[in-house]
Amino acid sequence: MLFLADTMVKLLAGVPLTLELTFISVEMGAVLAVLLAVLRASVGVGALFVRFYVFALRGTPLLLQIFLIYYGLGQFAFVRHGLLWPFLRQPFWCAILALTLNTAAYGSEIIRGGLQSVPPGAVEAARVSGMSGVLLYRRIILPLAIRQALPAYGNELVAMVKATSLASIVTLMEISGIAYAIISETYRALEVFICAGALYLLINFLLSRAVAALETWLTPHLRQARV
Amino acid sequence: MSSYLRLIGFGPTGWGEQLLLAALMTLSVSAAAYVTGLVFGTLGAWGKLSGSVAARRTAEFYTTVVRGIPELLVIYLFYFGGSQGLTGLARLLGQSGFWGLNAFMVGTLAVGIVAGAYQTEVLRAAYLAVPAGEIEAARAVGMGRLLMLRRILFPRVLRFALPGMGNVWQQVLKESALISVTGLAEILREIHIGAGSTDRPFDFYITGFMLYLLLTTFSGFVFRGAEGWSLKGERQVVGMRA
Repeated sequence: MLFLADTMVKLLAGVPLTLELTFISVEMGAVLAVLLAVLRASVGVGALFVRFYVFALRGTPLLLQIFLIYYGLGQFAFVRHGLLWPFLRQPFWCAILALTLNTAAYGSEIIRGGLQSVPPGAVEAARVSGMSGVLLYRRIILPLAIRQALPAYGNELVAMVKATSLASIVTLMEISGIAYAIISETYRALEVFICAGALYLLINFLLSRAVAALETWLTPHLRQARV
Repeated sequence: MSSYLRLIGFGPTGWGEQLLLAALMTLSVSAAAYVTGLVFGTLGAWGKLSGSVAARRTAEFYTTVVRGIPELLVIYLFYFGGSQGLTGLARLLGQSGFWGLNAFMVGTLAVGIVAGAYQTEVLRAAYLAVPAGEIEAARAVGMGRLLMLRRILFPRVLRFALPGMGNVWQQVLKESALISVTGLAEILREIHIGAGSTDRPFDFYITGFMLYLLLTTFSGFVFRGAEGWSLKGERQVVGMRA
């Protein structure tokens, strides 16, 4: 019991880093995902590029993507002498970059699905009343698409919380990194697994609750009338 | 370019042979994990659909917990915990020394159990998609449980489950890369060793990147072919065929 409590306290120290990795990469990834989805809906080279990007990032393991950025990029002299090297030599920013690029690929497909679900009539009505371009996207298309995409994006969020555990392999001491250190010190894998697992479950539970609340808030027309 | 080919190719200084063996290892550990996942998935779906409250609760617990925890932790559990448990068991049976699971078994079990949780949902949904009328019709013509399972339920569930099963396979293939932390000589492990023992890490990682893309793309084709085949008997709108 004492061991469990002690382990829990040690693991809690990793929670901020896990959340930081998740939120920074999900935020940047979401912005990139919207850009990619809009580009994908266009015609020409841009759409082709997005298709290849999504194909490549969804067809390979995330851990390999992290290694490619963290260990791979240093092979090139222009990277080592480049402006971004102060960032690219740190495991934290490499993990953030890999997680961001990865979630952007999955996210862009989710948003694409949302964009496709926007009824043509809504867009036509907006055009008839004189909206176009950015205003049309901001007022009509994106709100409808985001509402549709939200449940799937919630799943992606949970997947990202789990994915941050891979950052421990490039030496970051978030929850899984600390768990690994305790296990290799004490060899009490089951107890550590239970503690770390409980933390991840709690984070994911709270996140999916938050997404569900956001969904209810965004779809007032689907709520049951109060009797 | 030619120096890249010398590095990756099958020549005396090339890593081609190791990488080919590693690709085979990735495929075999993924296949073993996938089959394990199918077993757990079938049990899970059976539990979720069964009338027994205990079975339903157990299956619910299994899918909720496993899908909310990073795969890496599950691998650590089996890798370190497997030896913890087995050594303890061996002591009880009067054996001494260190007992543990080998890396292949750890990978198969860990990735398989995670895949089983996703497979549970796929199979459950597929079962629920089978029209009740077909089962009633089978009963009406006097089929017994086993015959109905073999002739009606199994082919129908498989047909509805195939697209989801394809997704689980892709997931297993990618998650098999995590088994590299146990030292199993699959693609990522060999690539990582190659990258660490030469001054050309990028060349190795990008090769691994292409190897995985090749595997996922190829198996995508296989599953799409299987889907098309399974739709042979369906009435369909033009162009719906996968």
